[in-house]
Amino acid sequence: MPTFTRFLTRTRWLPLLLAGLGALTGARAAIPIEHWTHASGARVYLVASPSIPMLDVQLNFDGGSRRNPARQAGLAGATAGMLLAGVQARDGQPALDENQLGEAWADLGAQFSAQASSDRFSLSLRSLTEPDLLARAVALAARQLAAPAWPEKVWQRDRERSIAALKEAENRPGTHAGRAFSRAVYGDHPYGFEPDAKTLGAIGVADMRAFYRRHVATCRAQVTLVGAIDRAGAERIVGQFMTAVQPHGCVALPPVPEVQALTREQTLRLPFAAAQAQVLIGQPGVPRNDPDFFPLFVGNYILGGGGFVSRLTTEVREKRGLSYSVYSYFAPGLHAGAFQLGLTTRPDQADQAIGVARDVVRQFVEQGPTEAELQAAKDYLINGFALRIDSNRKLLDNVSNIAWNGLPLDYLDTWTDQVQRVSVADIRRAFARVLQPDRMVTVVVGGAR
Amino acid sequence: MKRSFHSLWGRALVLLALAGSLGWAGAATPPAESKAQRYTLTNGMTLIVKPDRRAPTVAHMLWVRVGAMDEVDGTSGVAHALEHMMFKGTPDMKPGEFSRQVAALGGRENAFTSRDATAYHQQVPASRLEAMMQLEADRFARNQWADDEFVREIEVIKEERRQRTEESPRARMFEALNAMVFQASPYRRPVVGWMSDLDAMTPQDVRDFYQRWYTPSNAAVVIAGDVDALQVHAMAERIYGRIPARAVPPRKPREEPAQAGPRRLDYRAAADQALVALSFKVPRWSGGEDAASQDALALTVLSAVLDGYSGARLERSLVQGTGRGGKRIADSASASYGLMGRGPQLFMLVAVPAQGVSADTAAAALRTEVTRIAREGISEAELQRVKTQWMAGEIYKLDSVFNQAQELGSYWVQGMDLDTGERLMSRLRQVSAEQVQAVAKRYFSDEQLSTAVLVPDPSRREAAPPATPRPALSRH
Repeated sequence: MPTFTRFLTRTRWLPLLLAGLGALTGARAAIPIEHWTHASGARVYLVASPSIPMLDVQLNFDGGSRRNPARQAGLAGATAGMLLAGVQARDGQPALDENQLGEAWADLGAQFSAQASSDRFSLSLRSLTEPDLLARAVALAARQLAAPAWPEKVWQRDRERSIAALKEAENRPGTHAGRAFSRAVYGDHPYGFEPDAKTLGAIGVADMRAFYRRHVATCRAQVTLVGAIDRAGAERIVGQFMTAVQPHGCVALPPVPEVQALTREQTLRLPFAAAQAQVLIGQPGVPRNDPDFFPLFVGNYILGGGGFVSRLTTEVREKRGLSYSVYSYFAPGLHAGAFQLGLTTRPDQADQAIGVARDVVRQFVEQGPTEAELQAAKDYLINGFALRIDSNRKLLDNVSNIAWNGLPLDYLDTWTDQVQRVSVADIRRAFARVLQPDRMVTVVVGGAR
Repeated sequence: MKRSFHSLWGRALVLLALAGSLGWAGAATPPAESKAQRYTLTNGMTLIVKPDRRAPTVAHMLWVRVGAMDEVDGTSGVAHALEHMMFKGTPDMKPGEFSRQVAALGGRENAFTSRDATAYHQQVPASRLEAMMQLEADRFARNQWADDEFVREIEVIKEERRQRTEESPRARMFEALNAMVFQASPYRRPVVGWMSDLDAMTPQDVRDFYQRWYTPSNAAVVIAGDVDALQVHAMAERIYGRIPARAVPPRKPREEPAQAGPRRLDYRAAADQALVALSFKVPRWSGGEDAASQDALALTVLSAVLDGYSGARLERSLVQGTGRGGKRIADSASASYGLMGRGPQLFMLVAVPAQGVSADTAAAALRTEVTRIAREGISEAELQRVKTQWMAGEIYKLDSVFNQAQELGSYWVQGMDLDTGERLMSRLRQVSAEQVQAVAKRYFSDEQLSTAVLVPDPSRREAAPPATPRPALSRH
């Protein structure tokens, strides 16, 4: 059914927001995260949530796209895509092709998927906990982890489809804006690598096998489980998965360099005949372990993260009617992910919208929020804390985030206190340190000149 | 909900999220205190409450049984424009104040407009439900704003149309297809409205629509989460129940006349990949035991057998190329079916032809898959597989109280009962392979077919229209 909404919900993964997900109001009982290290070296995080007979398991490894070689941009994602495309015969069990696997998972009423983000290589299993079904789902997932088939023919086909989709995307101004922005903000850093026909062409199934074996290693595995299961059950599941990948060993991974700061202002205008100009403004932000994480998180809510009530929405959309969607976010990862401001507007008003957006950022960086704005942000974040953890899915995201970023196990329990402690001065200081409005990149695709 | 690249065919996916509380393999029904309850307030407003006490949060939705299908030519998009203006104030509340107050409660909020309905929704801590109700009741009963607010907001709405529709060749093609498939049915108009109607819309158009349709007996409040149904009933009576009752105006039927033969359009756009969409007019599910509803259930299974899981029939034959001597026909292929709605429903088959394959070849391959089922039927394993997935989905959906509220509201819009979800699941479980074969035979002739082809035309890149001129707007 076609639906139109008052405010566009961005589906893009926003690590800063995710990182903020979770925690309870101070008075509430702590969220019981059980944590232990499995004999294989895997670190396990369990939240028992017994009321629905289902289980979510997420496995995370240091094998995201930051591990891609420049000439093979797209390798991590391709590896994730092909990992589950077939399983070899092993231990008396027959080989299964992609369709047999699709049928097997559907027959179990379960889901198993793999994906690569900038930092993480992730595998996700969702199953009912009816004992026979769960046992079969875990066993099938373990078979796929132990003996992926890496079928050459399937890769040839999927590469063809990917390249066709990339080519189609060239017709969209947003594609060009995103690429130009990435290149300008990240330079040579792998966060900025974008796959194209050439880099996908340089990837073979042997590269995927090697990438998989190198990065999916028990010594760096993090396993998060949320659902109707106890510790003994979780331990058994982790054991099956880790046995499957144990033969990969544990090769040390080289450090990845840091994102370099920008040295000058840069405005890129790409001509494009389009119904809307695409505008992106930004620079490298901070890594997740930045000590000012909370001032930046709360500050960005006020600047451009807070739905209808942010400064950017108020100035660009509500007061001037220039855009349907205008936002800002930080994307902190293991490295300094971007600070990004985005908007789309009719081509002839792009310059006006850019002017307004830049003024909002400059003023916020210079002066910070008002006391009233900060109080409103705290009301929203603290009063609404329970909404960040009110489903198994949200708990899974939160606990995985705690594990990945090495946050304390009581992170969710202290979250509202951390928000409460942020002051106007903290936000002003943090933004002034992190953002340099006179050295940002501005990309305009399809603006009228 | 997963957003597919076109809105007309997201519906099959939604099916997993539809339906009530049928447990896995006949597990016990939920205890009485967690069953959904329905009340009618003294002014005729409906209240639906679904207690779910897992977390101290609550989803609060206000549904109005009015959508784009209730508009008339010349003011298309007014239901959606009103949805935007509902955030612009009441006699006591300045523009933007509603959102600020919801945020102060810790709430998340949004609203949406579809062809069938308009809904306003928030998720708040359970302890803030009463304050939330007061805010929503106030704006439902007393929406008020200055013309100047509308003048700015309609520009925002045009940007929304540019962003979602003008900027996407596929969205524009589906908009054109929709306008061809339906002639008398108001479903032919886009929800967001035609651009020239947005240009010409006046503040009074929006106020008139509000006055006409936003009456208590045309609305339902749906609440799911950590609440007690009786307490919520008392609260809602006190807060929503005192809004003065008004009659809902009569609705004209505007039935779609029978189609008599195939229709086709070519839509040329700056694109590399073609796309072909085949749309068949089919019956919808009314919730009853009539023959059309029986067929609707079987069409739901047909859609799932074609495209309901990884490696299902369409993907296998068209995308993997196991169909025609190993030749790949398409880069993607999908099936979807609307199942229910206030207006007529469609069964759609869509493919993106692979490079070097014509749209006609892809269209023929899509139809071949349906013909194959009409000829050979489906296997018991396939039938069981899609049923198993639905039953598992019934459990997974319990993880989100918001989705539960959304589902209950959707059924109310269709005039269906609270147990619709359970009945739908139980009926779907009874569908036989023979019924699926029968509907594959019955509904996929040329007679009811409308075809749209997105024709790549790179020369249109240069020819893309410049920004449309518009009336001057005061600038700061």
